[in-house]
Amino acid sequence: MRGCCPGAPTFKGFLLIENLIEIKGARHAYQTASGPLPVLDGLDVAVPAGTFAAVVGPSGCGKSTLTKLVAGLMKPDEGEVWLHGERVTGPRKTVGMAFQNPVLLEWRSILDNVILPLEIVAPKMPTKDRTARAMELLEMVGLAGFENKRPSELSGGMRQRASLCRSIVHKPEVLILDEPFGALDAFTREDLWQTMRDLRAAEPFTAVLITHDLRESVFLGDQVIVLSGRPARTQYVMDVDLPADRTLDVLFTPPAAEMLHTLRDQIKIAQGRADEGGV
Amino acid sequence: MLRKIITPVLAILIFLGLWELLVWANGWPNYKMASPSDLPPAFWKYKELFLLMGWQTLWRTVVGLLLAVIVGTLIGMIIGFSKLARDALYPLLVGFNAIPKATLVPVISLIFIGQHDFNTILMAFMISFFPIAVSVGIGLSTLEPEYRDILRALGASRFTIFRKIALPKTLPEFFGALKVSATLAFIGTNLVEIVSPHGRGLGALFKSGETNGDYPLMFAVLIALAVLGIVLYYAVIFLERTFAGWADREGT
Ligand SMILES: Nc1ncnc2c1ncn2[C@@H]1O[C@H](COP(=O)(O)OP(=O)(O)OP(=O)(O)O)[C@@H](O)[C@H]1O
Ligand SMILES: [Mg+2]
Repeated sequence: MRGCCPGAPTFKGFLLIENLIEIKGARHAYQTASGPLPVLDGLDVAVPAGTFAAVVGPSGCGKSTLTKLVAGLMKPDEGEVWLHGERVTGPRKTVGMAFQNPVLLEWRSILDNVILPLEIVAPKMPTKDRTARAMELLEMVGLAGFENKRPSELSGGMRQRASLCRSIVHKPEVLILDEPFGALDAFTREDLWQTMRDLRAAEPFTAVLITHDLRESVFLGDQVIVLSGRPARTQYVMDVDLPADRTLDVLFTPPAAEMLHTLRDQIKIAQGRADEGGV
Repeated sequence: MLRKIITPVLAILIFLGLWELLVWANGWPNYKMASPSDLPPAFWKYKELFLLMGWQTLWRTVVGLLLAVIVGTLIGMIIGFSKLARDALYPLLVGFNAIPKATLVPVISLIFIGQHDFNTILMAFMISFFPIAVSVGIGLSTLEPEYRDILRALGASRFTIFRKIALPKTLPEFFGALKVSATLAFIGTNLVEIVSPHGRGLGALFKSGETNGDYPLMFAVLIALAVLGIVLYYAVIFLERTFAGWADREGT
């Protein structure tokens, strides 16, 4: 795909295709014992190449379901999912995922955990190169010296850092983060936001970040998408007009405060709809 | 390290001493209860038989156990991956497991008349595959979806996910079950050897001790069985340390 059109504008190595991720009018219902449970009802998401889309919405509204659509782990009942100008029909090797639970494999060292995706995506890559690539990332997130430890020997924040390394080790085009910082204390979380920002500057990827933290969505997002209560539809989209190399201080400036305020109001509206639904 | 050996040896010596004392204090004759000091002569007298029959018991138990591992793991995979198979097979498995296996001895010796080794192995297998099947099944079906999704999102095949994640993750449960199964397989072997005597294995030696009123021999067989059981158990522990040692978080 890359380099197909000489002369086309690029951004951080990506062709400037209008949107790298695009979900159009997705509807979905889970089949449960007590009948169908609608979770998505008119979901529209568009993420330009190289940008970060933060998704917020009431608990249980369908955010993780959205990530499964993007990852190709699930097909919506209705609507379309596009990645890189191609219709998504199943999993693809160019996706990376990280969750709230770091899900590291206890029988592998941190280094081997980070290497795992390469074993699937690039089975012929020499071990030396794999190790070098993993070490490069571990150093970037401040885990140099811990590569031979077991996951249980690391703190929660360190495990999450390792999990982030694993999610981008194979240089995915699309990074899907489902509340990766949700279980961390406030200070560790802010640390990891900065780590994420630095990773982003070093490696190009397009990301969808699910979060419950509005400050996180403003700090890391280029746009914030607010979903309504279940069944989720796109309720509000806000462009975050802040410098790319933002520091935590930016969160205390008037423009950020205003954004946070708007988002809070939107979340209230989203929750109001959830209440009517008897959730 | 040395303490690890000395402690259990001491415990065994104390146990033997108490046993000797008990028999001596009560003045029990040999036909009521043999004492430890009667055992070495019994072992010595039948040393060839002990070696031969101990070996017969051991290899048939191990073969039965291997079968149980293979079949149990397969059944565990089936019920672990498919909810339909789980719903269908669980009642059958539980029902089969509930049958006291002693009742099956005459049944299988009638079906496979004269095939002593086969019968014995079959019984060791039947009595011991259940814990393995259940533990592997539960291990696989309770795998958190995220573990699966990190590889599935990359388009990894089911087999790759099984090999890289599900299998290693269930190893601790598997070895827990294997310890139980090893003991069970041993019971199965001896059951056949005693109930349907065909002159093979320690069970048969026990039976002949009973027939001839050689009580020290019977007790010597019991001790030999205990020793074999311990050997088998520690062999499993050794395998567990080798393949699932990571699950042991002692000291971290
Ligand atoms: N596999 C499934 N089968 C049936 N129902 C499901 C399934 N997965 C999720 N659901 C239901 O669909 C709804 C949306 O789930 P989802 O995980 O997408 O929500 P979420 O927004 O990620 O929630 P949270 O903020 O708590 O993580 C929930 O009510 C959930 O119970
Ligand atoms: Mg979720």
